[in-house]
Amino acid sequence: MKRYSAFAVAKEAFSYHQGWERAWRSPEPKGRYDVVIIGAGGHGLATAYYLAKNHGLTNVAVLEKGWLGGGNTGRNTTIIRSNYLQPPSAAIYDLAHTLYENLSQKLNFNIMFSPRGVLMLAQTEHELRAWKRTAHANRLAGIKSELVDAERVKSLCPIINIDGPRYPVLGGLWQPRGGTARHDAVAWGYARAASDLGVDVIQQCEVTGIDVEGGKVTGAQTSRGAIGCDKLAIVVAGHSGELARMAGFRLPVESVPLQALVSEPIKPCMDIVVMANTVHGYMSQSDKGEMVIGGGSDGYNAFTQRGSFQHVEETVRALCETFPILSRLKMLRQWGGIVDMTGDRSPIIGKTPVEGIFINCGWGTGGFKSIPGSGWAMAATVARGAPDEIAGPFSLDRFAEGRMIDESVAAAVAH
Amino acid sequence: MLLLTCPNCGAECAETELAAGGEAHLKRFGPGSEDGDFTSYLFQRKNPKGVHFERWRHAFGCGKWFHAARCTVTLEVFGTYSAQTTEPPKEIVDKVKAKRPEWEGW
Repeated sequence: MKRYSAFAVAKEAFSYHQGWERAWRSPEPKGRYDVVIIGAGGHGLATAYYLAKNHGLTNVAVLEKGWLGGGNTGRNTTIIRSNYLQPPSAAIYDLAHTLYENLSQKLNFNIMFSPRGVLMLAQTEHELRAWKRTAHANRLAGIKSELVDAERVKSLCPIINIDGPRYPVLGGLWQPRGGTARHDAVAWGYARAASDLGVDVIQQCEVTGIDVEGGKVTGAQTSRGAIGCDKLAIVVAGHSGELARMAGFRLPVESVPLQALVSEPIKPCMDIVVMANTVHGYMSQSDKGEMVIGGGSDGYNAFTQRGSFQHVEETVRALCETFPILSRLKMLRQWGGIVDMTGDRSPIIGKTPVEGIFINCGWGTGGFKSIPGSGWAMAATVARGAPDEIAGPFSLDRFAEGRMIDESVAAAVAH
Repeated sequence: MLLLTCPNCGAECAETELAAGGEAHLKRFGPGSEDGDFTSYLFQRKNPKGVHFERWRHAFGCGKWFHAARCTVTLEVFGTYSAQTTEPPKEIVDKVKAKRPEWEGW
């Protein structure tokens, strides 16, 4: 792999930039791998990278139905934060956040991590108390976040209307380390680094069946032929239920669309990420100047990657109240991603009822921010055949055992 | 916009008039049942990519619950029916089969 650097750019300039090699190989699938990972989104590719990097497993394939990062990895609002309430969540999200901070250097790929700060507004007394509790929990977990008052909110983000008609801003939970990153670059960076370590990233290869013999996985049937494996990792977000059905078990997961939209580009007007959970809207400004906006997820199961109209209306109505300067802004694009929601709004990482099959799903609306931590913990789980201390609490059997990691109350909607 | 007809009052409602209630026809397991059955009833869902039977409540109308058969991929509604049943009525199943010959059954 040719390293990317300022020197390399200068050097290539002398040869009309024709010497750049492909970022990752595009191999034909082999008949057998030690580990097959289904799904080349951020989580799948990160799992592959850390399997190779941390555990020396390089006979690994990542199978992708479409193209790299074409699912939720390319459909989110790119927010990264780790100020979660429950200790297991704080541990995994903070691992992810910490890995994000120098991921560009580690992968030699600019993921444009921008630690601009994430502000979660408190617009009801209840929410203010909840954030106070979270701030204390974060302090105990060693995660820097602070409760700020309305005046500080106004100084951090002057375009906020803090005297809103329905929900005046009472304060907020401020994590200065939080921020955004370029979401496609995260998938591309992991794919390039994993491919360089010997992992086969195979696009346009849809899994159509999973072979199980005597309660143990033996391989997968795909649109490009059968592929045998010792271990199989299902990392497919919204389609986890479909893959689980192929393998013969069910999951405590339901798939719903979550949508986002972007406005026309305008001059820089906010340099932080703001989440308004009470009114269901969150926003940041991209480097191009577009306002990147996310809202609530649909209330019913669907696999349409667009979401329902009523949520567009709800989201922009909420944001026009909170940010009155948006009221004349035109929206350019709107899309949806299929998120896999669990009952306690926490992910599932670990073993499944079928021996050799591991699952990583249920990230719901909070998948992007967790990619490096999720891949790290999933790789350890797959390599060891048993969950590590980060993945342990998120096992599939926590539902039967009643060990919920309740982030649904703590995180409201914008998770 | 998803439109469903409430079989209780006959009104055609937009989704903003309704509250979604999740998967229909769950078999309930109570105290004394096997752990696996209870877990399955509480948490595990079919979550199909295709034909889905689900509960809805006409929240901003007559206030009553009903069931709907809907495709989660195309959002096509095959029909709505009374909640006073433990399985989809034959005419709804026939409608689904007519439109989705490859459907494996609920």
